[in-house]
Amino acid sequence: MSLLEISSLCIRYPGASAPAVDNLSLSIATGEALGLVGESGSGKTQTAMAVMGLLPANARTSGSIRFAGTEMLGAPPTVLNEFRACRIGMIFQDPSAALNPYLRIGDQLRRILLEHDLCSRREARERTVQMLNKVGLPDPERQYRAFPHQLSGGMRQRAMIGAALLAEPDLIIADEPTTALDVTVQAQILRLIRELRRESNTALILITHDLGVIAGNCERMQVLDGGSMVEEGATTHVFSSPRTERTRRLLAAAPRLDSIPMVEASGEEPETVLQVENVVVSFAERGGQRLTAVNRMNVRLSRGETLAVVGESGSGKTSLARAVLGLISPDSGTVSFLGRPLESHVRQRPNDVRRRLQMVFQDPMTSLNPALTIRDIVAEPLHVHEPRMTRPDIADAVARMLERVGLGAELANRFPHELSGGQAQRVAIARALIIKPSVLVCDEAVAALDGTVRQEILELLTSVQERSGLSLIFITHDIAVVRQISHRVMVMYLGRLFELADNDALFSKPGHPYTKALLNAVPIPDPAAVSRDEPLAGEVSSILNPPEGCVFHPRCRHAIASCRSSAPTPKGDRNHLVACHRASELDLSY
Amino acid sequence: MRRFPAISSVIRRLKGSRTVMTCLLLLLLIAVVGIIGPLLTPHGYADTDFATRFAAPTFNELHLFGTDELGRDQFARTLLGVKVTLFVAVIASVVSLGIGVLYGATAGLFGGKIDAVMMRAVDALYALPFVFFVILLMVVFDRNFLLIFVAIGAINWLDMARIVRGQTMSLKNRAFVEAARLTGVSTAGIIWRHITPNLIGVVIVYITLTIPQAILVESFLSFLGLGVQEPQTSLGALVNTGVAHMHRAPWLLIIPAGVLALILFCFNFLGDGLRDIADPKYKV
Repeated sequence: MSLLEISSLCIRYPGASAPAVDNLSLSIATGEALGLVGESGSGKTQTAMAVMGLLPANARTSGSIRFAGTEMLGAPPTVLNEFRACRIGMIFQDPSAALNPYLRIGDQLRRILLEHDLCSRREARERTVQMLNKVGLPDPERQYRAFPHQLSGGMRQRAMIGAALLAEPDLIIADEPTTALDVTVQAQILRLIRELRRESNTALILITHDLGVIAGNCERMQVLDGGSMVEEGATTHVFSSPRTERTRRLLAAAPRLDSIPMVEASGEEPETVLQVENVVVSFAERGGQRLTAVNRMNVRLSRGETLAVVGESGSGKTSLARAVLGLISPDSGTVSFLGRPLESHVRQRPNDVRRRLQMVFQDPMTSLNPALTIRDIVAEPLHVHEPRMTRPDIADAVARMLERVGLGAELANRFPHELSGGQAQRVAIARALIIKPSVLVCDEAVAALDGTVRQEILELLTSVQERSGLSLIFITHDIAVVRQISHRVMVMYLGRLFELADNDALFSKPGHPYTKALLNAVPIPDPAAVSRDEPLAGEVSSILNPPEGCVFHPRCRHAIASCRSSAPTPKGDRNHLVACHRASELDLSY
Repeated sequence: MRRFPAISSVIRRLKGSRTVMTCLLLLLLIAVVGIIGPLLTPHGYADTDFATRFAAPTFNELHLFGTDELGRDQFARTLLGVKVTLFVAVIASVVSLGIGVLYGATAGLFGGKIDAVMMRAVDALYALPFVFFVILLMVVFDRNFLLIFVAIGAINWLDMARIVRGQTMSLKNRAFVEAARLTGVSTAGIIWRHITPNLIGVVIVYITLTIPQAILVESFLSFLGLGVQEPQTSLGALVNTGVAHMHRAPWLLIIPAGVLALILFCFNFLGDGLRDIADPKYKV
């Protein structure tokens, strides 16, 4: 007997050319875990919203959604409220948006029990505290009285999971529950959901774009595309023998740690393009404190090399890149380009140096001026740096550049909002490449893109690099992407360099316990892969108030007394630097 | 010199919008009639004729809109009123655009101390009680037709400056401004090509709010006796006289009030249409 049965669900919006969800059917049994996977616009969130009765008022629906025998689609709010929270719990993507900032955590959670008259006030408080304890919030009595902003992102998501589980529902719908979280925290949250489910035999619908998350957590999965289901089956089966082209493409685009890098390391010693020496970046905080975002960083970049900079939020990777580009001035230290020390701010740098260092931003929609056409956007750098070029020459160059990044000439007259995310990112790349830079900094340049589009952009960047000897600094939190495209990898934590190594060396013989933990935390898109070590405990410490000694020691299971008292400096040969007191004695290789 | 980026597409869209074109033509027509008005009628706006007080609109002696309580030709007076009222509108928008946008954009872009000083000055001007300010001007400079415009101009750019400043501050931190800096675009180029085009929507909306407001302020001042002085007149002053005689001669109220309403309507619809046109996301 299935718990939830959706049959031929259609959701349409007036004015839209295609339905948001088209003839979708699915069923889930008690205690089962079903994964819904698809790229943006595939209708996965719409389906979840329909189950909860949360679709906007202008949505036109047809079909049927039956939960434990009751029709949910079009049911009046009184009926839906019987089921919401009580029988069906929901975990949203962004915990900071889903929690009311004006209410204490405990009051928000307790309300779920009281609203449904499940128990007395006193009992509600007890059960809430127990639940906070169960989802791993330290000191639950204190968290009960805390406001959402006083909790970290991971803690908030734990509280959200607690809220979803509090009334002991039969089904939990989790919509991208870990997408907004750092990878080590993601591993903790996924593990928590697994454990709690095993305990209570709750059914789970896990909505995600990340096949790695599905592989480790769901027995059955459905692949959605453009609002309709393209494939369904047991997870192991879909992964091992996908039947449709769409699924094969999704699987191929899922980045894996065991994939072969797209780039090859060159043998000879290439010329150093960029040298960063002892760079310190800090910001003034309220109350006179100073936040040190980058702490005495040293690194060099060779011609034609891709250096990946990896780290979780607050690691200082973006600040480092912005200091290199001159968007912020470092407190001390120097950045040199081809041996020539650079002025600290981009406005002071001469034009011929400025054009050599370009950047691609995370969100292509905000990095393109909405009031300019694509042609104007791509042409602008030429107007600045090639004042002698005539109009027709510039138009020619723009057309060639657009073609090179895989865009048709007909796009030139469009405005940014008329493009898809992938197309817009190609425009941003075209704008950066048209003045032939030597170094291109990509700050999370593929993070906002869907899997298949991400692969295309990565391929574009590597092919440009092969042809023109461009050096890339690739900032990302996505370790699987790093494996694919980088020559060397730099791991940062709280503004410090933890490890710097060649791609192969880092992934086979990580030298730092944190690197190892990061690698372990990456969900593998393979249901057969055995779960690796315990996920890293705790969260990144506050950067305003970093721990004494090695900043990683509170989370490190190899920490010894000296780690608590003195900070390690990066040691090793220039191909493999590790900042850890125990680097020589620990063997962390795979 | 490169074209201002948004203009070519704005003109293209302008031609496609019927509301905007209708309003523009109507305003243009009103303005032309107001300017060449004295040529259209044999009566001067100050010529009194006590034999024909409160005459209804008639072709007899060409009193097209009738006459007022002093026997002056209402048609000639309405045309004068239109001229004065449109002049107020032009002054208000020029001052608002010229001073307000520039002042606000500068404060927003530089930020920090410059911004603090500039915006405190705006606050100080805000704190001046407006009517008191006008009376003060009258006392110091004697009654003068132009003083009214100075007074209206002085208050109108303040709101605009605040709004433009806020918008600029949010724009300057957007990634596309940083991208422009990295590609080497100068500060002037950033203001001209990246900040201003994205301000147009807000500025236009605000201008169309400002113009009717300025016109009403002028009417209000005329009503208080601080504005335009007899025998000069404005639409506001005409409406004011019309109210006094509305039982005996309703046309003295209806005609100037109708013309005033038409002008205000045109500006409002124009603003609505222009905002849509300036927004690249809007499909004509």
